[in-house]
Parts: sequence; C-alpha cells; structure tokens
Amino acid sequence: MAEKNGTTIVLLSGDMDKVFAAFTLASSAAAAGMNTTIFFTFWGLKAIQKGNLTGKSFMGRMVGLMNRGGLERQGPSKFNFGGMGRWMFKKMMAAKGVTTLTELRQACIDLGVHFLACKMSMDVMEIKREDLIPEVEDVVGAATATKNAAESSVQYFI
Amino acid sequence: MEGITADKVQDSVGQACPMPIVHMAKNMRLMSAGQVLEVRADDEGAHADIPAWCEQTGNPFLGEEPSGGFFKYYVRKKA
Repeated sequence: MAEKNGTTIVLLSGDMDKVFAAFTLASSAAAAGMNTTIFFTFWGLKAIQKGNLTGKSFMGRMVGLMNRGGLERQGPSKFNFGGMGRWMFKKMMAAKGVTTLTELRQACIDLGVHFLACKMSMDVMEIKREDLIPEVEDVVGAATATKNAAESSVQYFI
Repeated sequence: MEGITADKVQDSVGQACPMPIVHMAKNMRLMSAGQVLEVRADDEGAHADIPAWCEQTGNPFLGEEPSGGFFKYYVRKKA
C-alpha cells in the first residue's frame, strides 16, 4: 500500500457552496504536498461536466435539463431564490477577493489533484465520458474510491 | 525583515483563501533549496495558514512583518 499521505474527498453535492468547499480543501491539501483525489458522485458530477445537455431516454433527458451540469450554473444550497442567490453570492465573493469556482478548479488541476468520476451515477443520470471535462482522469467505481480512502490520512464527505 | 533578502516576491494582496497558499505552493516548486520567498498578503487567514503550510511541508517559516495594509511573510525552501 502506498504511503498514507493522501486526502480523499467524496463530493456528492452539486451545490455551489459545497463545491467551493471541496475545491478549496483539495487545492490546499495538494498545495501542502498531499496526494489528493476528488471522487465526484451523483450531483457532484455537475462540477466536472462541460455543461452541455445530457441524457438519452426521456427521463434521462429530463434529469439533464432540470439538473444541467457545468460549474458556473450551480446555485448555493440555501438562498438560491431561483438563481438570484447564485448571482448575489458571486457578487459578494468577488467583492471579498474570493476566486471563482472555475479558477479554483483550475488551481486543483494545476496542483495535480486527481479527478475521478463515479461510473454508477453516470449510468443512472445518463452522463457520458464526453460530457465531462477532459481533466477527469478516470471513470471508476466505489472500490477505487475505497482504495483511495484507505491510502489517505484525511477524508472528507461533502 | 532584517537580514533576510527575498529571492522572489509574491503579491497576494487582495486574494482570499486558498489562493495565497495555492500560489505559494506553485512558486516554491519553482525555487531552489535555500531560497527565500516573500509573500505579501492582507487576508487575515494567511496569518495562521502560511505558518501551518510551512509546518506541514517542512519549509522553514522565517517570520512576518507588517507593511502598511498588508503583511510580508518569509518562507525558506527546504533543502
């Protein structure tokens, strides 16, 4: 087993605020030299989707339409008010020098954070590999996430 | 700080967490052992975060000094 100096983050949520937390912790862990992995599952997949419409079946297309992926499209978990909240939080964050989600994700990529996508969630929601950004290293199952977690000394579930 | 000459200066004034640390890690990767990085930051969190990063990575934290509106933090790249 590899040296236990890793950080594993399971990102289940696609909410703007929670994705912020995941990318902030991941970039900080990678900056500190830790081998860092984010396992994107269920709604978390939205954070690594290109943002195009997805789905094949009727229900799959409805999920793709109602829960469209893409980083700049996501609202916060509270006070979203049908999109107003997202606009408001973006303004407030910019005023305080907080970086954008897209820049933060890029910082993670630059620092070598590993992006893994959950195959089962992709199947359920009819999201294809081509719907994800190319920086996603692999499409995997829970056993890979478990192995990563076992090699990590720090684990977060968001 | 007296007696310390920075080999590189990083301007993180106006940046919020985690960007000062992200840029610091990137800069330190490009520097050679023994060189000193001066990080200028006004984020209050950096006060704790920069020494914490140094402790975790083993790069010596040399100190800090106020400089009108922001702080200068000095970090040496470990051998």
